[in-house]
Amino acid sequence: MIGANANLGLKLAGLVGLLFVPFLASDDYVLHIAISMLLWGFIYTGWSVMGRFGLTSLGHGAFVGIGAYVVTMLWNQAGISPWIGIPVATLLAVMVGLAIGYPCFRYRITGHYFALVTLALAEVARLLIVALRDVTGGSLGVTPDAVVGPDVPVSLAAIQFSSKAVWFYVVLGVWLVGLIVWRAVDRSMMRYGLEAASEEEDAAAALGVRVTRIKLVVTAISAAMAAVGGALYGQYQLYINPETVSGIAISLQIVFAAIAGGMHNQIGPTVGAFITIMLAESLRQIFGNQVHGLDVMIYGAMLVLFIIYMPRGVVGALAGRFVRRERHVPARPAPA
Amino acid sequence: MEFSITDPFLWETVIQGLLFGGVLALLSLGLNLVFGVIDVVWICYAEVVMIAMYSVWWFHVVLGLPLLVAMAGGIGVGAVLGTILHYVVIRPILDTPPINQLLVTGGVLFFLQGAATLVFSVDFRTLGVSLGSVSVGDMFFPWNRIAAFVTSLVTVAAIWLFLKRTYLGAAIRAISMDREVMPLMGVNPARIYLLTSALGGALAGLAACLLALLYDIHPAIGLSFGPLTFMVCVLGGLGNMFGGFVAAFIFAQFIALGGYYTEVEWGYVIAFAFFIVMMFVRPQGILGARN
Repeated sequence: MIGANANLGLKLAGLVGLLFVPFLASDDYVLHIAISMLLWGFIYTGWSVMGRFGLTSLGHGAFVGIGAYVVTMLWNQAGISPWIGIPVATLLAVMVGLAIGYPCFRYRITGHYFALVTLALAEVARLLIVALRDVTGGSLGVTPDAVVGPDVPVSLAAIQFSSKAVWFYVVLGVWLVGLIVWRAVDRSMMRYGLEAASEEEDAAAALGVRVTRIKLVVTAISAAMAAVGGALYGQYQLYINPETVSGIAISLQIVFAAIAGGMHNQIGPTVGAFITIMLAESLRQIFGNQVHGLDVMIYGAMLVLFIIYMPRGVVGALAGRFVRRERHVPARPAPA
Repeated sequence: MEFSITDPFLWETVIQGLLFGGVLALLSLGLNLVFGVIDVVWICYAEVVMIAMYSVWWFHVVLGLPLLVAMAGGIGVGAVLGTILHYVVIRPILDTPPINQLLVTGGVLFFLQGAATLVFSVDFRTLGVSLGSVSVGDMFFPWNRIAAFVTSLVTVAAIWLFLKRTYLGAAIRAISMDREVMPLMGVNPARIYLLTSALGGALAGLAACLLALLYDIHPAIGLSFGPLTFMVCVLGGLGNMFGGFVAAFIFAQFIALGGYYTEVEWGYVIAFAFFIVMMFVRPQGILGARN
């Protein structure tokens, strides 16, 4: 049985292990993969803050896009530092999230409809970026003006670092904050209200759960995390385009990774990032250069298998196994 | 560019929008049918259309079959795909939350897109069939679009008759109304689901035949009109075929007129924004009754 202390010990050991990643990474490629995992893991964790309560948003591409583009546009066009850009973009993403969320929650748009309305939002974001091509560069994408170079390795004002190791620690910190936020929601009273509402909304409301309000709170948190993640992605990659930070493809990717990892566990979405990135990268390594499309095909097939056979995700399935062994009780009550 | 009711270009745009609406209406049919009966949203619907488009191209251009035979082949491929999709992917998780079924077809979306890239590469394929165009005054309308428009009207009528006038159609409607009771009345839901999926796939194939006449074929074409198809269906009220039909024409006008006055993307932005607003005004769809 894993006790609370052992659990904490495991986490600390994992964290200390992560601190040494930049020293152990053999080259920049390995470090790049590690940074991508943590950065996307942060965004996926943000998605699961709302997604785990049945609020399956396919619109997170919009929030990531707002984060990436608002920060880059402010920086490139007006020279405004990302330190100001990120709060502005986050605020904007939260406002958009609330503007879409309020009527959805108020009018009980759930399930398929919620997924499709938010999907429309993601597409609006992508199309807006394309349509505003005079400012955004359209489908060709845009490069945040780089200030770092051979002479300037670090620019704190622009949040640009030429060293991947520095980026790793920055992203590690952000990711940890993401996990803390996830845990805070998990431990809050809101969680019980949201779980009740996702089962039976009328009953929850009748018992005094302020359903619309708490749904809006998690939506705001979730949108903010996606926007911050998108902004950092832009500053790290130094290249963004509408397809990689907005639209239907990226929204589906976010949902899949969170589900594949397990959205009901703190570490689940990050494990999802690990799985999907490792899968995509190894498939690309094996087939990418000769056989186009096979990697995407296998990726799709894996997602199908995950949802059919492991709907609770990898971490969920593993945790379920541990819990059963520990307590010798079935994970769910027997059906009446 | 000022507004004028006698502007022939404006009229041409409106009529082009009408014709485009026919294509959208046809696209929405299969998705609506499947949703109405099985309560599943095929996120990969546009990818089924894409594969069927490739099939038509392959039968006609590579194998050299006559166009109509190739199109029949495309419809067949759509039907087979729809059946496989239901049998292999959806059936195992019919009892899980509906959102899982939506997401699982999202995996199929990537699978089909990857498969198309693998088999046909990312090159643009074209059917190379031009039916010429008809001119009315200063306005030109390609026959391809008119054919698509007429086909969609005929298909809507045929599907409506099928659902209303045949025994099988009645069984399909009955299942979509009450999933629990109908099995007791001697309707086998598993069979109806398979049949509906095949029919939905065939409708996707039919849409593909007409789209193949209008557009170049490439693996990402599904992503370009997939979201639009969902919006049309949701705006019409998911599962409400007639509502989807009306919504298709509304959307097409937004895109056509938006494209006429500004740029094509703005047409789409306005159409999608309109969709989001409409969802709050009439979440049950433009023709749906509030339940």
